[in-house]
Amino acid sequence: MAKKSVPYSDAPINASLSSDEKIELLRTMVRIRRFEQAALKAYNENNIGGFLHLYIGQESVAVGGISLLGENDHVITAYRDHGHALAVGMGMNECMAELYGKKTGCSKGKGGSMHYFAPDKNYWGGHGIVAGQTPLGAGIAFALKYRNLTGCCLCYLGDGAINQGSYHEALNLASLWELPVVYIIENNGYSMGTSQVRSSAHPEGGLAARADAYEIAWDKFDGVSLYEIRAKVQTAIDRAHKESKPSVLEILTYRYKGHSVADANAEKYRSKEEIQRYMTEHDPIENWKATLIGEGVLTEENYKVIQREAAAEADASAEFARKSPFPDESEIFDDVYWEVDNRTASGTTGRHFFHG
Amino acid sequence: MPREITYREALKEALDEELAHDENVVIIGEEVAEYNGAYKVTEGLWKKWGSKRLIDAPISEAGFIGIGIGASMLGVRPVMELMFYSFAYVAFDQMMNNAAAVRYMSGGLIHCPIVVRGPANGGTNVGATHSHTPENIFANMPGLKVVSPSHPIDAKGLLKSAIRDNDPVYFMESTVLYGTKGLVPANEELEGGELLIPLGKADVKREGTDISLIAHGRAVLTCLAAAEILESQHQISAEVVDLRSIRPLDEETIMASVRKTHRAIYVEENKPFCGIGAQISSMIMEQAFDDLDAPVLRIASADAPAIYSPPLEKMQLPVPEEVVARALTLF
Ligand SMILES: Cc1ncc(C[n+]2csc(CCOP(=O)(O)OP(=O)(O)O)c2C)c(N)n1
Ligand SMILES: [Mg+2]
Repeated sequence: MAKKSVPYSDAPINASLSSDEKIELLRTMVRIRRFEQAALKAYNENNIGGFLHLYIGQESVAVGGISLLGENDHVITAYRDHGHALAVGMGMNECMAELYGKKTGCSKGKGGSMHYFAPDKNYWGGHGIVAGQTPLGAGIAFALKYRNLTGCCLCYLGDGAINQGSYHEALNLASLWELPVVYIIENNGYSMGTSQVRSSAHPEGGLAARADAYEIAWDKFDGVSLYEIRAKVQTAIDRAHKESKPSVLEILTYRYKGHSVADANAEKYRSKEEIQRYMTEHDPIENWKATLIGEGVLTEENYKVIQREAAAEADASAEFARKSPFPDESEIFDDVYWEVDNRTASGTTGRHFFHG
Repeated sequence: MPREITYREALKEALDEELAHDENVVIIGEEVAEYNGAYKVTEGLWKKWGSKRLIDAPISEAGFIGIGIGASMLGVRPVMELMFYSFAYVAFDQMMNNAAAVRYMSGGLIHCPIVVRGPANGGTNVGATHSHTPENIFANMPGLKVVSPSHPIDAKGLLKSAIRDNDPVYFMESTVLYGTKGLVPANEELEGGELLIPLGKADVKREGTDISLIAHGRAVLTCLAAAEILESQHQISAEVVDLRSIRPLDEETIMASVRKTHRAIYVEENKPFCGIGAQISSMIMEQAFDDLDAPVLRIASADAPAIYSPPLEKMQLPVPEEVVARALTLF
């Protein structure tokens, strides 16, 4: 697609990064990985129920895009949502406590792994139904435009989600109504056990190329380098901010673990060699680390400290989660209706609940 | 000799036998073929039957369920798998408008012999989006049939009948039940050589004289456990009636039980508002009012979206102790 006339590190958005900012990007990716590793351990120790979809291997995609956002820019994603959560600035404690189903969790233990939210950080979830978030992302963009705010919504989705009708309806509307939404397809090659070639018919250009049918600008690129991700997502953000137009970006990435921790076939539908190859040749953290060491911004010593601190923070979050109380039984009926919770006239007129 | 097999194996046997029985039977769904099924219900079937009979679908529920309905109009007999019945909501228009009403709107010219099956249950800490129990919603729609087996034998016999049925049958299973075991007769010992349980026939899972515990799906197991406690600790003899098929509904078995016991509780893991229990209790009131010694009670899941927090989700769903406590209020 785009010609590599200048190296991505020279793109204005990257050239303006300070050394500290570069190190913070590294730290966020390392924190995500450590958080996920701690979550995996907690899951294996039976402290977490349900599903656990880990983001390990894909860290650059959330961190690169989200690092570009300003006051009126928003994020929404699917159930593989822990990386985006930490990238928008949610704390490990509230995220880990949510996995433990505790009252101190970001959703008070009500949503679980797939349903993280932090509207105060412009983070709108965390959605369990594949592609269910894609019209919502366009809706957030609609609200921005309607309210005359210059902003955009980064709407992340998986390569498997592009086959849902809701996504296509959202694309058409986003184009027709000129909505400032940036769809980011995190193409990790698989939807559960189904490889991308078995799930999607698409033009030669790739999954994002379907956007042509809706006259939406698109791009497809590799997700190993933060510089490249930042440069290209910025182009789409500019399009949203300046022209109020949508974009579709396809970023090639890889998940190291199974679809969820319960995925018994994780090493059957893809070979060990394939997984190993991505881990050694396509690791976004190793790539960024090497870049920063090359630039003289980072030393091996600093990196070890970052690793150690992130691991300690993740362990502490597990401890925090373990010690936190579960919600009280009475809280089951809170947060169902706004009017009831706020004891308004509407919320106290007529019967709202029918148990017992 | 009946064999002890799991609910999952019972379903698989039904699918395998129906694939053999009719070449128009085709299984379509996410991960049903090469992955062997997200819950292993179709394990081994792709290897045995190949890619024409077992088809992996992309994540496009409205599309592939709609394709199944369309194919059924032209004589294919699709057995569609929803990885979770919660995802039926993505295909809701197809399932509610097209499958349910095309026969009526065509004045009977068309019919849809399709089965849409998958787990419809809470209790596994997967949160509100993955824990829906829509049996009441679909049973509300004339033209649709809704089945919810509780035991392996029912799972097998009902699924085979559902596949041979010429109307759309929405077959709701439970991930919690997949690993449970039960006796299922081998084909050799059956008259006709196979297990077919008709839709519309309830089953008395335990005989009793003092109270009728009526239920469908996993709540039947809750009732059986409650009946044990009522018997051993309270000298109350509870009868447990398993609807098995919600629509068509076996009124006779329900009413016969209530006329015998004079007390009834409906137990379900569905939400209470307009749940199956509301329908059944209203019918009992209309048809057996004079036989009742107490009001008909309903026990359902707590009236809130499914909570994730594992210990709290347990509190949302009916448990035997709650059934016992409510039953005792009727004496
Ligand atoms: C409507 C719907 N159908 C099916 C599922 C089950 N499911 C959850 S994730 C998933 C695979 C999605 O793959 P992809 O979009 O590539 O995202 P990834 O998991 O790779 O991040 C499936 C089939 C679901 N959650 N929602
Ligand atoms: Mg994927």
